[in-house]
Amino acid sequence: MEILVPILSAAIRSGTPILYATLGEILTEKAGVLNLGLEGLMLLGAFSGFSATMVTGNPWLGLAVAVLVGMLVSAIHAFLCVSMGANQVVSGLAITMFGTGLSALLGKAYVGETIRGIGVMPVPLLEKIPILGPVFFNHDPLVYASYLLVGFLCWFIASTRWGLTLRAVGENPRAVDSAGLNVTLLRYAYTMIGGGFAALGGAYLSVVYTQMWVEMMTAGRGWIAVALVIFGIWNPLRAAFGSYLFGGVGALQLRIQAAGTTIPAPLLLMLPYVLTIAVLVAISIKKGKGILLGAPAALGQPFHREERD
Amino acid sequence: MSAPFRVERRLDCPAWLNWAIPVGAVATALLAGAVLLFFLGVSPLAAYTAMFRGALGDAWGLSETIVKAIPLTLAGLAVGLSFTMVVWNIGAEGQLVMGALAAVAVVRYAFVDSAPVMFFLMFVAAALAGGLWAGFAGFLKARWSVNEIITTLMMNYIAILLTEYFIYGPWRDPSSLGFPMTAPFPAAARLAVLGGTRVHVGLILAIFLALLFRVLYRWTRWGFELRVIGNNANAARYAGMDYMKNVLLAMFVSGAVAGIAGMIEVAGLQGRIQPGFSAGYGYTAIIVAWLARLNPVGTVFVSFLLGALLVGGDTLQVVMRLPLASVQVLQGLILFCVLGGEFFRNYRIVPVGKGE
Amino acid sequence: MDSSMQQAPLVEMRGISKAFATVRANAGIDFDVRPGEVHTLLGENGAGKSTLMNILNGLYIPDSGTIRVKGENRRFSSPRDAIAAGIGMVHQHFMLVQVLTVWENMIMGLPGLEAILPKKTVIKRIQDISTRYGLGVEPEARVWQLSVGEQQRVEILKMLYRRAEILVLDEPTSVLTPQEVHHLFNTIRQMTAEGHGVVFISHKLDEVMEISDRITILRKGEVVETLSGRNVSKEELAEKMVGRKVVFAVDKTVLNLGETVLETDGVCALNDRGLPAVRNLSLSIREGEILGIAGIAGNGQRELCEALSGLRPIQFGRVILMGVDMTGAHPIEFIKAGVGYIPADRKGTGLVGSMNLRENFNLKNFWRKPYSRGIFLSWENVAGETGRIVERFGVATPGLGVPVRNLSGGNQQRLMLGRELSGTPRLIVAMQPTWGLDVGATEFVRDQLLRQRERGAAILLVSEDLEEVMALSDRLAVIHKGEIMGVVDDPRGVTEEELGLMMAGIPMSAAVRGERSL
Repeated sequence: MEILVPILSAAIRSGTPILYATLGEILTEKAGVLNLGLEGLMLLGAFSGFSATMVTGNPWLGLAVAVLVGMLVSAIHAFLCVSMGANQVVSGLAITMFGTGLSALLGKAYVGETIRGIGVMPVPLLEKIPILGPVFFNHDPLVYASYLLVGFLCWFIASTRWGLTLRAVGENPRAVDSAGLNVTLLRYAYTMIGGGFAALGGAYLSVVYTQMWVEMMTAGRGWIAVALVIFGIWNPLRAAFGSYLFGGVGALQLRIQAAGTTIPAPLLLMLPYVLTIAVLVAISIKKGKGILLGAPAALGQPFHREERD
Repeated sequence: MSAPFRVERRLDCPAWLNWAIPVGAVATALLAGAVLLFFLGVSPLAAYTAMFRGALGDAWGLSETIVKAIPLTLAGLAVGLSFTMVVWNIGAEGQLVMGALAAVAVVRYAFVDSAPVMFFLMFVAAALAGGLWAGFAGFLKARWSVNEIITTLMMNYIAILLTEYFIYGPWRDPSSLGFPMTAPFPAAARLAVLGGTRVHVGLILAIFLALLFRVLYRWTRWGFELRVIGNNANAARYAGMDYMKNVLLAMFVSGAVAGIAGMIEVAGLQGRIQPGFSAGYGYTAIIVAWLARLNPVGTVFVSFLLGALLVGGDTLQVVMRLPLASVQVLQGLILFCVLGGEFFRNYRIVPVGKGE
Repeated sequence: MDSSMQQAPLVEMRGISKAFATVRANAGIDFDVRPGEVHTLLGENGAGKSTLMNILNGLYIPDSGTIRVKGENRRFSSPRDAIAAGIGMVHQHFMLVQVLTVWENMIMGLPGLEAILPKKTVIKRIQDISTRYGLGVEPEARVWQLSVGEQQRVEILKMLYRRAEILVLDEPTSVLTPQEVHHLFNTIRQMTAEGHGVVFISHKLDEVMEISDRITILRKGEVVETLSGRNVSKEELAEKMVGRKVVFAVDKTVLNLGETVLETDGVCALNDRGLPAVRNLSLSIREGEILGIAGIAGNGQRELCEALSGLRPIQFGRVILMGVDMTGAHPIEFIKAGVGYIPADRKGTGLVGSMNLRENFNLKNFWRKPYSRGIFLSWENVAGETGRIVERFGVATPGLGVPVRNLSGGNQQRLMLGRELSGTPRLIVAMQPTWGLDVGATEFVRDQLLRQRERGAAILLVSEDLEEVMALSDRLAVIHKGEIMGVVDDPRGVTEEELGLMMAGIPMSAAVRGERSL
């Protein structure tokens, strides 16, 4: 058990950026909008968080800037998909291309720079608990914030009036519309909030986790987050387990490499991607070919009121 | 309550919009790119002029543009086929790489000193490799409705890592002074070149396949099935069309064509695989397909346009010291504008008080 | 209730006009509702009833005209405004969220709702209202678990929960058994007795005459007349609604039945969720016979039709066509064997809206000569036959190259009917073939089916419209939860009430009194 502690602890840390992106996508998809631009949004978040931290010297400000950038760019997605009724798959891909390109273009000047990011802050008392303490409570504040966020979102979705509206708008926007709520506004809001979370996840990578900026540093984490939403059947708690599973694989693979192994590095690096496919297949087989339990019924479909059939 | 205009659904789309929308979209994207360049402290006019000169200004630029348009056409046809039936093969990049790998494998392990035989062997191997790579995702989708967007994308990462494994490991050219790359192809495995340029016979293959796809969509039973499934999957089932079989087949063919693009690229142009082999053709192909509205002949022209953009981006890198990523930004912007433009295909804006 | 006639109207609509891209849906309509009355809007499909009510509900903004609620001018820019003004609408397609519970649906979008959902108080209030109006429903059930009738009750409850004073019921009876209609009318009377105003939308004349205090007839977006609900004849209403004399009787000749075309033996099939939808179903149809299937929507009708046309796998049992066991055969084998299938969902299943008439004809013919040779399609031959169908079935279209979504519902149905009937099928499976059509198109479809019957085709007619199945069928079966409750040999010898009991799941032996059974 003692041997596992560092790995589990690392799993939490390296799973956290994926978790933020996954939670954001859960909100977006619950509202009926599919955002495949997570990878691009995370990269933009990572770059803007890093550069803002460097310029201001304040990592918290860096994170705030990242969230803002994520919300602004995902507003493009909301505009195209919600207002213009564009194809959500293609629009998401466009966000990813745009975000990948823009972060690399603007970020070129920042490659190789260093910042003072956010460090580890153990939780007093709780860190002393054997095993659980070092695994869960010896991290940076953003990890703790993500614990609270998971709990909050579970409660928010199930028990508040806004959560009720959120569940409804992804299932039957027409019903929400006829109840007098503004479907467009809701979808914009949750797309932007989701984009903000994705960017925060990206910024976590550059401002907290590695404290540096490299082009394409998310390495597919955005796509893994998209997969985890399905794996987690749109449930924040299950999404957290999924994120930590992937964090654990990442951590494990680094450790295997560090320990010196004959397995070539590229093959080890494939692990998370192979696992993503495996996990998706597993959940799809389990659900069978029937209705995708948990998938919002109106996911990916644009809504227009004044449409006569 | 009274806005100066209102939005109305179009009943049918006038023909001029079919070219006006893509042209308008690209123009708008370039305009947005200009604003971005301006804020980067680069003169947009100078940048675009450099791009234009680099890509289309002389024979060399033109031939480079064509060279890039070849894999783009093939990959664009590939993803377009799956998009036609609303299956999202985002994995052309990986399938292309797998096709190239297969070509290298053929040269390594089954070399025959005859150009036609080599062409045939590489062609079949690349088609099979790409086809199976995509077909696996197709199988998962058909059998268990596994989301193909994610599987094909994950398989891109896997394919690229697999390439790295081979070029850093077992297939590394011993005479490369330690650089990660495969050994150069012998002459019999290279494609013929047209005139004194770098343009190779892949161009003819690409145009031929585009015409073939045109016939496929318009004049064959299978093409009709693909289009019906894409337009209304319920109606397709009602008509007795087999969704599972078609997903499998479409993914296989789509992957095979992307694989051929990879083989053409390695045998026609580069002669070896090294890091950064593909330059993202598989992703750019998505823009190609969408901009061409999945029309095979349109795909050829759009590929030329985006090929020019890529060559222009290279020039920009050299002349203006702008990273290659600026091209990716422009591509993203183009895709945004095309998507936005689609709106005007279905709706029109009418000033209030005028017309019906 | 006569006193209500003098009272000021709850709502008053004046000169309402609304145009969509091609149609003038409402043209200068006046309409009002007084407290304690049922004011019916009567009109054919496409007469503008739903548009008018969607304007009243704030979903559509009128091009011109005014709305006054209790004497005050109002301008609704969203349903929220309409709800705030006390107007509640029960749409034909329920505005319920299937995965949510009844109580959650009740408060979704309610203005001034507490941040944390007040489950207990909501449930308490639901129970209060449901006892007062006789709308029994389980507050903690999820909507998808409820029957259609129960879902409708939830919709009405939702409006009462929101303190609606004016209730608009859009075609509420089309999804109910006769008994449930009776129950609904009691609820409506209860509501008017409490001073609510009710707008009742329907095209079923008997019901309209039973429940209405006043009737406003719409035709082509204009008001024909507003008259009292009393002392009005069915013929008079129909004539005003359609604009010409309407013949109610179906002209059906007596035929000698031929060979058995279709025979099923204990067929079981699952629905899309993998739950049993058709259970142990046995029936047979002979040449020149129409077998009607009555039942409430969602009782396995679609699954049955699909199983009989090879589109849905059969778990157990056999399907025999002309003596050949077709169980498990490919759908195209069914088409080859002469099965024509007219699905209920024209735009979603039977046709591809974005494709043109030729392509839609080809949908069911692309695999056969002369429409394809080998792997290649022969569009000339397709165009030739499509043109013949357009002529023979009177499809009004600007050309064969236009997308079928630009055709009216009636013309879409004519095209689909033409495609399915042009191959002289042995068995025709027709599901809701007249749903949503105007009187002219309905007559045409019924006439075509009767002609096919005379030609010697066997017809399975599935309809939720009792009047229709009773008029057209030679024999009539009632389906409930995928099971046949009984087959009536003479549809004229059974009452609507008896059928209603069977539709609610009571077997024929109990529903129909002894001596007349079978």
